[in-house]
Amino acid sequence: MLETDLSLNDMMFLARGAGVTLLITAISVAGGTLLGIIFGVARMNLGRVVSGLLAVILDVFRSVPLLIQLILANAFQAIAGLGLQPFTTACVVLALYTAALCSEIVRGAIGAVPTTTRRASRSLGMTWTQDMTYVVWPMALRVGLPSWIGLVLSVLKDSALVFWLGIIELLRSSQILITRLQEPMTILLIAGAIYFIISFPIARLGGHLERKWREND
Amino acid sequence: MIEVENVHKSFGALEVLKGVTVTVEKGEVLSVIGGSGSGKSTLLTCINGLETIQKGRILVDGTEVHAKTTDLNKLRRHLGIVFQQFNAFPHLTVMENVTLAPRKVLGMGKTEARDIAVQQLENVGLGDKLDVYPGRLSGGQQQRMAIARALAMSPDYMLLDEVTSALDPQLVGEVLDTLKMLADKGMTMIVVTHEMKFARQVSDRVAYFHKGILAEIGPPEQIFDAPQNAETKTFLSSVG
Repeated sequence: MLETDLSLNDMMFLARGAGVTLLITAISVAGGTLLGIIFGVARMNLGRVVSGLLAVILDVFRSVPLLIQLILANAFQAIAGLGLQPFTTACVVLALYTAALCSEIVRGAIGAVPTTTRRASRSLGMTWTQDMTYVVWPMALRVGLPSWIGLVLSVLKDSALVFWLGIIELLRSSQILITRLQEPMTILLIAGAIYFIISFPIARLGGHLERKWREND
Repeated sequence: MIEVENVHKSFGALEVLKGVTVTVEKGEVLSVIGGSGSGKSTLLTCINGLETIQKGRILVDGTEVHAKTTDLNKLRRHLGIVFQQFNAFPHLTVMENVTLAPRKVLGMGKTEARDIAVQQLENVGLGDKLDVYPGRLSGGQQQRMAIARALAMSPDYMLLDEVTSALDPQLVGEVLDTLKMLADKGMTMIVVTHEMKFARQVSDRVAYFHKGILAEIGPPEQIFDAPQNAETKTFLSSVG
């Protein structure tokens, strides 16, 4: 085994970093998914002009590298005197980034529900909301879930970029330890393993649901 | 009573209904035949308000379908429609497919909706498939489920849009038998169909559509044995 000077305290330090990573990811994914669903549905139902405008705004969040977004947002909030904590700024930026990507998944998934199926449900007297709730949502969920799981996993890893705002999450904690202990291999192996341990259940949950749903087809 | 008065319907520059007028009385079975693109399917989707119309009007029991004040969701409870594609809700069991609208639209209780669904599904011969998902059913079974689903709303009218066209030939019979049973029970129906033999057997009247116009309408004996219109003659000789 590798010889190491890592102490229990250092491990706790890494664990706290992992906790921050998890928290930022959870908040961003929750907020971003909610917004993504709203934006995605809105884009399919609002007029051409509003929908087009929304698409351009979301495209900005999708196309500009996350690192640039984080640094610019942090600078702007300081100039505007909003006095936001870096943690808050990071969550807002990551959530908007997630929302932009999620809205495309939502659009694709809803678009995959056959028009004829929706006509059938409306023909039974169901309102738009009932059609969306009982027919479109469950059908779209099956289509969009794999991409959404992919999105969650990528947000989890991308959240490492928030260390540029001075937030000590998993990657930043490992860096600090590497600087002190000069054991990059060991520490990065451990950090990598923690990322994997967090990701693995999420990926498996997706696979489990897909299998369960496929049994019905 | 369904009254269609001088209805014009266009998709962009293409006019698919060019002033159609026809009345369907309570208890009547009207079959609509004609070549593809003759506008016969569009007529059905106009009647239940899935499509807008450009001119004319359609009345269902006196309610104007395309009037701004008409609550289409409410009106559609009286108009069952079954499409060429079966349009099963794939994530729901056969039972759930049938009970969804009665429960959510009519606010029916679980037991009541279930009782009605069981009865309707037994009538169409699916009493043993209640908890099966539609993906495991044959096309004919899915289409019979779609019929039961529409009937569970206790509609006053049934609109049937080429319901056997997407079926393998050996499955057509079971669906047509279901429709015959409905006709015998006195259900008012508009049946868009390519099944001439069926149209002759169950219809009170048959309407022949040609290029968006109701070219000829009359009792099956007249349409099939002594068509007055030259286009009807040509069409019927082409389908044998």
